[in-house]
Amino acid sequence: MFSYCADPETLEGLAWLSCYLTTGKHLAFYQAFGTVLLLLAVTAPAALAFGFAGAVAARSRIAPLSWLGKGYIAVVRGVPDIAFFLFFVIALDQGIEWLRHKALCPDWDQPIRQGNDFVVCSAAKMPLGNAAQWVHDLYGFWLAVVTFAIVFGAFAANVLYGAMRAVPRAQLETAEAYGMAPRQVFRRILVPQMWVYALPGLSNTWMVLLKATPLLFLLGIQDIVYWARDLGGSKTPQFTDYPHGDWRVYYFGALLVFYLLCTKLSGIALDRLEGRIGHVDARIARAERRAGARQADAMGPQ
Amino acid sequence: MKNTLLLAAGLALAPAASFAQDTIRMGTEGAYPPYNFINDSGTVDGFEIELGNVLCERAGLTCEWVTNDWDSIIPNLVSGNYDTIMAGMSITDERDEVIDFTQDYYPPTVSSYVALSEDADIDGGVVAAQTATIQAGHVAETGATLLEYATPEETVAAMRNGEADAVFADYDYLVPVVEASGGELVFVGDGVPLGGGIGMGLRESDGDLRETFDAVITEMKEDGSLNEMLRKWFGEDTAVYE
Repeated sequence: MFSYCADPETLEGLAWLSCYLTTGKHLAFYQAFGTVLLLLAVTAPAALAFGFAGAVAARSRIAPLSWLGKGYIAVVRGVPDIAFFLFFVIALDQGIEWLRHKALCPDWDQPIRQGNDFVVCSAAKMPLGNAAQWVHDLYGFWLAVVTFAIVFGAFAANVLYGAMRAVPRAQLETAEAYGMAPRQVFRRILVPQMWVYALPGLSNTWMVLLKATPLLFLLGIQDIVYWARDLGGSKTPQFTDYPHGDWRVYYFGALLVFYLLCTKLSGIALDRLEGRIGHVDARIARAERRAGARQADAMGPQ
Repeated sequence: MKNTLLLAAGLALAPAASFAQDTIRMGTEGAYPPYNFINDSGTVDGFEIELGNVLCERAGLTCEWVTNDWDSIIPNLVSGNYDTIMAGMSITDERDEVIDFTQDYYPPTVSSYVALSEDADIDGGVVAAQTATIQAGHVAETGATLLEYATPEETVAAMRNGEADAVFADYDYLVPVVEASGGELVFVGDGVPLGGGIGMGLRESDGDLRETFDAVITEMKEDGSLNEMLRKWFGEDTAVYE
């Protein structure tokens, strides 16, 4: 990176370190932090959407839809994350290729499963065999986002389902008394009010999602754990300009700091959000008490 | 779910327009110097990378390297995530049942024990080896306790930390490690010949591709260019093809 880095063997101290920390490999490591943050930025809303859909389905009056929602919540929450990740990504990938194969290569006469091999026509490959590496990376990243969203969506669905039930019945009945249709009650009363009850559970899910990002490593994505392990391992002078011993403790220490920083920052943000919504909630509660008191006054002493 | 499938189809259609010649995706581990490793600039490097590139060039193929964990390197080949494996993988009967191999491009290998001192207990002590390797299989058959790790680097680290008495790995992987240790690490006992040489792994249903690579490997053995490459990466004393 710097001009004086041409011959690292002659360097010492900070100069050596500045060269070492700016090798292409380290830049890839720094980029991987961006990958993790991007994954979080995309996955969190996606998981919330899955959760919302799951919760709405679970409390539906149509029995099959309700079974679907409840089944989704129960199955995905019940399966260990790692098992789900290892199984689901392969199944999803092969499922997509199988569908594309059926659609794009109707003339194909060979079986798709040949012994251990999973063989689809080259036009059905996901991504195509001649696609650039970044397309493969993007596809892998997208698979990861979908998997994370499904897993954490199930937890979010359970939280939202509970939150929807926690909204006081009286609120909904009042809305009905005003002549609102069920849809309007849902949109105008239930959804705005449930967030107060959902927020503690959702913030919990967010923290777990944040901590679960190293699972990316399992999906073959070169994330921060992958690079930390590779960079931290001892390096012999034959294969690098920067030989060093076992430095894994520093690299994993850096990951530790990164995750603590992330959880601390989101802890602060979530506290503020809860405080604000809680504030609104307290105002509603006060208003309700006042209304109750007025009602009692109007009724007079018994 | 429907939406995700539509999204998938949309993503897939973008590059579908150009049906140029297929790229051969070459799977490797990227953690096994001198066979394959990630160099300082963050790209794959090593004997197998140089060899693989020449094989592709001579066969007139466009190739692209993909790294994958050793643990899942065979499952990802058979499910079609890449088309070949060049990852210091020895040809064994067990692996041959699941995938196919070209002829060997590295002669049958010798594996060795390395420890902190020459009197380390390699027959009854704790020996570290990489998961799912012929070395791990061999240690399991001796009286020693096998300690498995996901990467070869971690096996050496475990031995240095004292978690294991010795490490058992390919001789060629250990040589640079021992040299760089400045006398701290030593080879223990004699080398153990294991496996049927290192070959390129392919799907069993990919017979044509295997024949293509097989022919180029034969060609490179005959004109001496493979031997030259072996000497470059493994030193003048390494085993070469007659």
